[in-house]
Order: sequence, then C-alpha cells, then structure tokens
Amino acid sequence: MTRSTLYLLALAAGMFAAAPWIINAAPNEATMGLVYKIYFFHMPSAWMFLISALVAGVASARFLFFKKATADGWAVAAAELTVLFGSFTLVTGPLWARRAWGVWWQWDARLTSSLVLFLMFIAYLLLRRFGGPGSDKLGAGMAIFSMFNVIFVWVSVNYWRTIHPPTSVVPTLPVEMGIPLWYCVTAFTLLYIVLLRLRARLEHQRARVDELYLAEES
Amino acid sequence: MSAFLRIVWIVVKKDITVEVRSLELLSTTIFFAITVVLMFSFGLVVEGRAVPDVAPAILWIAIAFSGTLALGRTFERERQNDTLRALLLAPADRPAIYVGKLTGILLLLALVELVLVPLVGLLFNAPIFAHPGRLALALMAGSVGFCAVGTLFAAMLVRARSRDVLLPIMLYPMTVPVMIAGVRGTAALLQPEPELAIAQFWLALLATFDVVFLTLALWTFDPVMTD
Amino acid sequence: MRRLRAMPGRLKAASTGAMLVLLLFTSPSANAQPQPPKDFVAVDETAPGEQIPAIPLVATAYGFIWVVLLGYVWTLGRRLRKVEGELAELESRRKPPFANATGGK
Repeated sequence: MTRSTLYLLALAAGMFAAAPWIINAAPNEATMGLVYKIYFFHMPSAWMFLISALVAGVASARFLFFKKATADGWAVAAAELTVLFGSFTLVTGPLWARRAWGVWWQWDARLTSSLVLFLMFIAYLLLRRFGGPGSDKLGAGMAIFSMFNVIFVWVSVNYWRTIHPPTSVVPTLPVEMGIPLWYCVTAFTLLYIVLLRLRARLEHQRARVDELYLAEES
Repeated sequence: MSAFLRIVWIVVKKDITVEVRSLELLSTTIFFAITVVLMFSFGLVVEGRAVPDVAPAILWIAIAFSGTLALGRTFERERQNDTLRALLLAPADRPAIYVGKLTGILLLLALVELVLVPLVGLLFNAPIFAHPGRLALALMAGSVGFCAVGTLFAAMLVRARSRDVLLPIMLYPMTVPVMIAGVRGTAALLQPEPELAIAQFWLALLATFDVVFLTLALWTFDPVMTD
Repeated sequence: MRRLRAMPGRLKAASTGAMLVLLLFTSPSANAQPQPPKDFVAVDETAPGEQIPAIPLVATAYGFIWVVLLGYVWTLGRRLRKVEGELAELESRRKPPFANATGGK
C-alpha cells in the first residue's frame, strides 16, 4: 500500500470514528425528529454510488476503446464499490422513508433509477465472476451502456411518477445541519478514494499473478 | 453504403434460409410466448375478469421473455457451428454483421408479435384495431430498442460460460426504459378512450432510446468481439 | 485519441450525430418535473400515533453501513494479503537460484 493511501485510510477511519459524535450534536428536525439523521449517511452514500458508476463507465470506455489494460482493474474496482455504496443507499433510504413518507418504497424516478443501476452493476459483477474468459471486454461494454442508461431510466420514470424530495433541499439546510452533512460527505469521499485504490490494486496484482503464471508455463 | 447493405442482406438471407428449413425457432418461440401470456393471465384474472390495464404489461413481458429466448438460441446456433467466428473473419464491416443479425431477430420477433397481439386483444378485450398503425409503430420501436441491446449482449456472450442465464441478467435491467415506454405507450393506445397525445410522447421517447442504443451498440460491437 | 479506431463508418457517424442531436433536444424536458399524482399525500401530516419509533430505524441504518463497511474492508484486506503472498512467491521463483544467497524476498 502506498504511503498516500495509508494516510488517506487513517484520515478516513478517524473521520468515521468521530462521526457519531458530530452527528449526535446536530439538532433534531422539526417534523421528522430523530429519523432525518439517517440522511447524513444516506446522501453521501448516494453520491458515492452515482460517482462510482460514472467512474466504472469511464474506465470501461478507456479499456474498450483506448485499449488501456490497467483501466479494466479500475473498472472492476469501481463496479464493486458501486454495488457497496448502492446497498448503503437502498437500505438507508427505505428505513428513512418508512418514517418520513409512511411507505418503504415508492416507484418514482430517483428510486427506480437507483434500483435499476444497482441491478445493472450486480449483473456486471456476476458476469465478471461467472462469464469465463473474455468477460472483461463484455463487462466493459455493459458498464458503458449502464452509464448512459441511468439517464434514460430517470427520464422515463420521471414522466411516469415522481415523489422523491427535490434535489435542492441541500442549500436550504441550516448551518447546524450543514456541518455534519459536509463532514460526512468528506469522510465518504476520502473513504471512496481509499477503497477504490485498494481494490484496483487488488485487480492489478491479480493480473500480474496471471501474467507470471503464464510466463512460467511457457 | 451499398456494400454495407449487401452484407446485411447476405446475413439476413442466411438466417432466413437456415430457419425456413425447420421453422424450429419460430414455432417454439411463438408457442412459448403464448404460454407466457396464459401463465400471467391465470395470475391476474380475478372472478373471471382481468385486472384492468393488464393487457399491455402482459404483452410486453411476453415479448421480452420470448425475445430473450430467441436471441439466446439464434446465437447458440452460430456457436455450435462456429459460424460466428467465420462471419467475423470475413472481410465484412463488423457493424454490418451486427445490423444483419439484428434484422433477422427483428423479423422473427415481428412474426411472434403478429400472433401475440391478436391473442392479447382477444383474451383481454383490448381495442387493438382502434389505432393499428400507432400500435404497430410502438411495438416496432420497442422491439428495436430491446433487440438492439439484446443482439449485442447475446453476441458478446456467445463464448462465455453461464451464457443462458447471464443474458437475461444483463438484458432486463438494461432495457427497463424501453419496457416502461413500451408498456405506457401501448397502454395509452389500448384505453377505452385512447390517449393519443400521451402515446405520441412515449413513442418519441422510444425512438430516442432506439437511436442511442443503436449508436452505442454500433460503437461497442467491434471492440467487444475482437479477441 | 490516435489509438481510437480509424474513421468510423458512415452509419456509425450518422447515428452518433442523430443521437447527439436528440439528446440535446430532450435534455431540457428531462429536467421538467411533471405534476406529482394527486392520490399520494405527503405523510408529514399523519397523526403521531401512526408513527413508528425512530430509534430502531436509525440504529438499523447506521448499523448496516458500519457492519457491511467493516466486513468489506476486512475481506479486501484478506484478498490483498493472499494475492500479494502469491505474487511474492512467484517473483522469488522467477529469480535465478543464486540470488537467494543475498537474502531474497
């Protein structure tokens, strides 16, 4: 592990360890009371989820069209993290929604797009695991489609239903709530960068091991 | 352009010739589609009457399921005789091969839909003859979107392990927008009082999806199929 | 960019152009929020008696993230250690035998 990754990991771990106190210090919200605090982890998770999907798509494009071999390692890492942060988002969201909206789930644009994106990257991971040789290229093709597709799922479901709170709630937050939120966003971002580098490193090392085995046989 | 179209025509002609001999794909796919419609009907008919608005959903699900099967089996045929590799080795423009396979599958699916739509109209009293032109357009647009992605994925998976289950796993989430637009558009047309403006909107959206998916597929077919 | 495939065919170029034009046209409408359906009522107005307690929800939410995150980091560490061990072994095998005298890996 490189030194910079180590520092980032220590910093991210420290921030996460301190997070409960910072979140606890934030005031309760007027209508939703305590439960809105799920938001402090739900929103950064959602951002990392979407950003990771984008990273996976871009890395896949570099691998497929520009033939950069190492880009595939980054794509797999980003895909796995998309599923990880996606699971955070899709579990914390309904838990909050049950209290805030009275239902666990709603078929609106954002929820449906998130679910479909999540499923697409699970499919990607299944393909990479069970598809056999050549699945790196297939996966890359799929990741590129997934990246574009999120927009379309959003648009189509948007015209079908819409109930999720509008995106613009963030700027209107009072300062006492804003601080924990941005703290958590920073913590999640650092965490994401660290995990991405570590996971990509794992893929690159695996590729190197395969290379060495092949060299031994010949 | 004419060289491109000639390759497309050759590939389509080859597929039709092979299929016409036994009609295996066509007959089994049509029958499968019929059984899917029936299975859903048993689930959704309450006290002898169908749940309202269920006809478009069943129609499109049957198309999706039978389309997936047809895609898998078309390329399985290619795999068994290793003809896909021969096709790719031929001095032909790769996108032309893709378009050729796509056209073949679309023709098959069109025949399946020709049987499915009257069946669904019959079983659910849907007014399929109210706006037949628009309905046909919606079906075509949706099928193109679905098969554009499906042909690419099925071709990609030809040499993969677990390909028969991986194809639906990859295809269904990817074609969600097409399915939503297809079902909503068809539903608008099959209402007792058809909502033409809404149907038009969904049709335009479907056309957009088709263009984007086709473009993406044309770009990715070559690098993905190259060893 | 040089490593991109040489000039795309005319069909590719045409469909890419059509795609970009369409995306440009549809992007403003993508942001338009249609009216939410009237049958769904925002639940802030439900009576306090209908609310379920918040603490189990919050605890489950944070607990889930912590547990899964720690589990993931742990398995990642385990996988990395395993691969790096394999890599070290392979690298040492590649070295000619006399290199071990100077204390190989």
